[in-house]
Amino acid sequence: MRSVRVDADVLVIGGGTAGCFAARTLGAYPQVSVLVVDKAGIERSGCLAAGVNAINAYVTRGRTPEYYADYAMDDAAGIARWDLLISMSRRLNDCARALEDEGLVFLREPDGSYAERGTRNVKINGENIKPILARAARRQPNVRVLERVDVTDLLVEGGAVVGAVGFSVNSDVAYELRAGAVIMATGGAAGLYRPNNPGFSRHKMWYCPFDTGAGYAMGLLAGAEMTTLEMRFIALRCKDTIAPTGTIAQGVHAPQVNAAGEVYEGRYGLRTSERVWGTVQEDLAGRGPCYLRTRGIGERAQRDLYRAYLNMSPAQTLRWMEAGAGPDERDVEVEGTEPYVVGGHTASGYWVDEGRATTLPGLFAAGDVAGGAPQKYVTGALAEGQIAAQSALAYLEAHPGLARGGDARGASGGLSPAAERIVAGYEAHLAGGDPAVARLFDADQLEEAMQTAMDRYAGGISCGYRYTEAGLAQADRQVAGLQPLADGLAAADADDLLRVYELRERLVVCRALVAHLAARRETRWHAFAENADHPQTDPAFACYVNSRMRDGRVETFTRPLVGRGERLERLD
Amino acid sequence: MSVSIDARACVGCGACARACPGNLIALGPDGHARMRRPRDCWGCTACLKACPAGAIAYFLGADAGGRGTTLRVSRSGALSVWEFRRPDGSVERVEVDARDANAY
Ligand SMILES: Cc1cc2nc3c(=O)[nH]c(=O)nc-3n(C[C@H](O)[C@H](O)[C@H](O)COP(=O)(O)OP(=O)(O)OC[C@H]3O[C@@H](n4cnc5c(N)ncnc54)[C@H](O)[C@@H]3O)c2cc1C
Ligand code: SF4
Ligand code: SF4
Repeated sequence: MRSVRVDADVLVIGGGTAGCFAARTLGAYPQVSVLVVDKAGIERSGCLAAGVNAINAYVTRGRTPEYYADYAMDDAAGIARWDLLISMSRRLNDCARALEDEGLVFLREPDGSYAERGTRNVKINGENIKPILARAARRQPNVRVLERVDVTDLLVEGGAVVGAVGFSVNSDVAYELRAGAVIMATGGAAGLYRPNNPGFSRHKMWYCPFDTGAGYAMGLLAGAEMTTLEMRFIALRCKDTIAPTGTIAQGVHAPQVNAAGEVYEGRYGLRTSERVWGTVQEDLAGRGPCYLRTRGIGERAQRDLYRAYLNMSPAQTLRWMEAGAGPDERDVEVEGTEPYVVGGHTASGYWVDEGRATTLPGLFAAGDVAGGAPQKYVTGALAEGQIAAQSALAYLEAHPGLARGGDARGASGGLSPAAERIVAGYEAHLAGGDPAVARLFDADQLEEAMQTAMDRYAGGISCGYRYTEAGLAQADRQVAGLQPLADGLAAADADDLLRVYELRERLVVCRALVAHLAARRETRWHAFAENADHPQTDPAFACYVNSRMRDGRVETFTRPLVGRGERLERLD
Repeated sequence: MSVSIDARACVGCGACARACPGNLIALGPDGHARMRRPRDCWGCTACLKACPAGAIAYFLGADAGGRGTTLRVSRSGALSVWEFRRPDGSVERVEVDARDANAY
């Protein structure tokens, strides 16, 4: 492999929502060189590729940031960080305004205020939100964007993060990226569990299937502390297309009904987790399938829904056209998705301080990869990108020796010994891997085995999201058994190598997730963490479950809650 | 859920390959775009939007309810015209103006 080394003051891993906004923030400091690296082209990478429906996190008229933080705290049944939620909530509206300044279309009321949907959302046209954010990052003269480079490992020297290593997904080039400070913004993890459509349409999932948990895995492997991975995110989605349902539920106020037409949502509670749980219970009780009752919404509302979905999830409009019957004629069937790890919806991810510094000096985290602050959505990810950027700058100022002074442009040349070891791993796969393994297995086969084990033993769709301690132990054994096989896979080209590393990341995340699920010996959130051995909420678990990886083993421990009005004393 | 690329219409510009968030499309030895991982498509339609030749159509896998209808999009300025072609030859179009916010 040819190798290239790039130096910058700040390295942003993942040019998605949070990463692009971090880069835009750093644009105000022209003396600082910034490198944004992404596994894809940033015009359409990550969660926002198809567009979004609305700004889901906004402090609406007459409400306060505390109102938003209280809502997020309650939806998580208390397992969230007040300090993180409030610092995010205070920035939500400014971040929305920044999106408008960059060109995103907002609907306005006659008095000039943003048109609201419910108590926390505002209406937009979100189809081009990602190209808009990409442009905002690229416009900064001190920001360079390195695309189609998959980052696999952090570089740690003297206990501090000093860069990362990755490879081009289309050519034979490895990269050592060195920086004074690093911002992790790789999004959450999809594809851990057997998905809703396990066959040909296996990637027709809600979360971005190309966000494979790389940031969690890199952090775990480097010894970073994680929090609340066990609060899985399971979404209620449109059957088959796994398209969001909020547009219908909130837009045309469609209630959830069972096959008999009874509205059941009140029976189970209105928290995000309870809406999914209720749907599963109705099904198990023989009252499924369940629907959003849209019949009779009218031709005009139907046209508006067609457009809203084309701006976000075109498959759903195609599905309606395909069936020859739209939502005005036929109710929309709903189902729960496979579980994801997504720190922007739940509280899973890096354990961070208010400045979004992780437990590894020099490493900051923002967006779905960062823990403690659920209900972030787009504007919360932007807020965290901004906070992390400001903290990274402060860190560089406090440690002037760390600034790389590089211009974020590459130079061919020697790699550090640590980077060379990682690149040797790439080369081993490209050279055919371990023949005894590569003869029998490929990344697809191992991924399916992992997903099947997680589904069966760690609370996937087929088990109604429920698991037992004995099952979790079995899941851990099975996933652990796949790890050495993944290390021995062959990669015919750089794209194949990408699939090997995506698998490797998911396996690491699964190990940590299973350990977290086992550590929370209660059921606090239905469906998200449904522990059949401990089906009740236990006040003893009013705490965070955190973890760290040491020598390939995940250690879990607990930390006290940071409740309303409180701040985290110290990170560790 | 996947895309099908019409090699006769493709001009080999590579825009779709650069747009795909999953690195699923590559230019083949014949200079035309090739969907190399049909099972891995998310359905984001980034490639359709990027293609200047309208050579890419999107369809639902049979397991996700697909019965042969395809989706194409053409864009000019703020206007996008989404075209649904059913197997019986009937066509339906939905026009979306990027300057309009969603009603919902
Ligand atoms: C389908 C869908 C619809 C949504 N709708 C809405 C909505 O209507 N309103 C709302 O407010 N929120 C919505 N959300 C939530 C919101 O989009 C996310 O919470 C937010 O975009 C997360 O931002 P992020 O920066 O953490 O992740 P992303 O934006 O996904 O960015 C992660 C980036 O990291 C890159 N990356 C990943 N791994 C690596 C690696 N190893 N090396 C290099 N780069 C890597 C990816 O390519 C990607 O660019 C939606 C989410 C989804 C999935
Ligand atoms: S629809 Fe999206 S995921 Fe599928 S091939 Fe096109 S760009 Fe890639
Ligand atoms: S964008 Fe269209 S014309 Fe260009 S390579 Fe892809 S399919 Fe061919």
